Amino acid sequence: MSDLHHDPANITNPEHHDHHIVGPSTYLVIYGTLLALTAITVAAAYVEMGALNPIVAVLIAVIKATVVILWFMHMKYQSKLLKLTIGAGVFTFLVLIAMTLSDYMSRAWGLW
Amino acid sequence: MVVTQPGELHEEHEHEHVHLPQHRHHFETEEQQREAASFGMWLFLLTEIMFFGGLFMAYLLYRNWYNPAFVAASHTLSIKLGALNTAILITSGFCMAMAVWAAETRKRKALVNFLGLTNFFGIAFLVVKYFEYAEKWHDSHIPGLKFSIADFGKLGVDMAQKTQVYYSLYFAMTGMHALHMIIGIVLIFWYMVRANRGEFTEGYVAPIENFGLYWHFVDIVWIFLFPLLYLIDLGAK
Repeated sequence: MSDLHHDPANITNPEHHDHHIVGPSTYLVIYGTLLALTAITVAAAYVEMGALNPIVAVLIAVIKATVVILWFMHMKYQSKLLKLTIGAGVFTFLVLIAMTLSDYMSRAWGLW
Repeated sequence: MVVTQPGELHEEHEHEHVHLPQHRHHFETEEQQREAASFGMWLFLLTEIMFFGGLFMAYLLYRNWYNPAFVAASHTLSIKLGALNTAILITSGFCMAMAVWAAETRKRKALVNFLGLTNFFGIAFLVVKYFEYAEKWHDSHIPGLKFSIADFGKLGVDMAQKTQVYYSLYFAMTGMHALHMIIGIVLIFWYMVRANRGEFTEGYVAPIENFGLYWHFVDIVWIFLFPLLYLIDLGAK
């Protein structure tokens, strides 16, 4: 690590965010939100909405997962690199679902 | 060459860095090490998304193919126990978040206690899961081991047999989720011992922080399993 090859100005990640500490009051609000959403999703399952039932259930699950990722997993306070990373993961998962389903559906056309 | 003694401030940087014992020499700064570890943990979680993603994909496909079997089989699950377990797991996740906060604010006792609570609710989840599995055993709803289509006679023999696909996915998905929890619970016991020694309350919070990411990820998997396996076909006849 001689100074010849070492540029101190270049070692700080420009993406660096100072370590953000999320406090108990925020966590309590998130905890309450998640419990409330659980109650809502159970209640919604008992309401007959036909094809809408699965959609509502998955939608509420997506909201809950987003809340967990943003606050419990601190994504809200992370660098763009990490935000892009989790975004890439979700995107790849959606590609898995979309491409596989479109293949199955087009092979049994009219049976879906 | 700048020689820095442990605890000495490194002044040439934009902000000051203390060289701590956990700082590995191949990282320029403590922040760089922390961010690299966090990034690595997220990459691991991406592989986990794809791992569970395959199971979710299989569920989605077979649910469309054998819908009557999936509707009938999902009605045999207990919504009460499923909802209870969801609440237990969310509580465990809340305790984990508080454990990270305790480590960040350097509260040793609180950290050990919150890790203990996280583990308590994690184990409670598995106990409830055990009773659910025991009920499946009692009702002969375990494909390959103890299975009978007696409860699904009105579907016709062919479709009634397809409830085995539902139960196979049910056990594969909840079983894989439970395995992740068991691994997590073992790790928490280890972290509790280390936390009690004060390892994570002197500024070195990365292990607790990254374990928290894992624990919350396992929560998220359950957040999707609960509606998909228990709830979405409740209204369907």
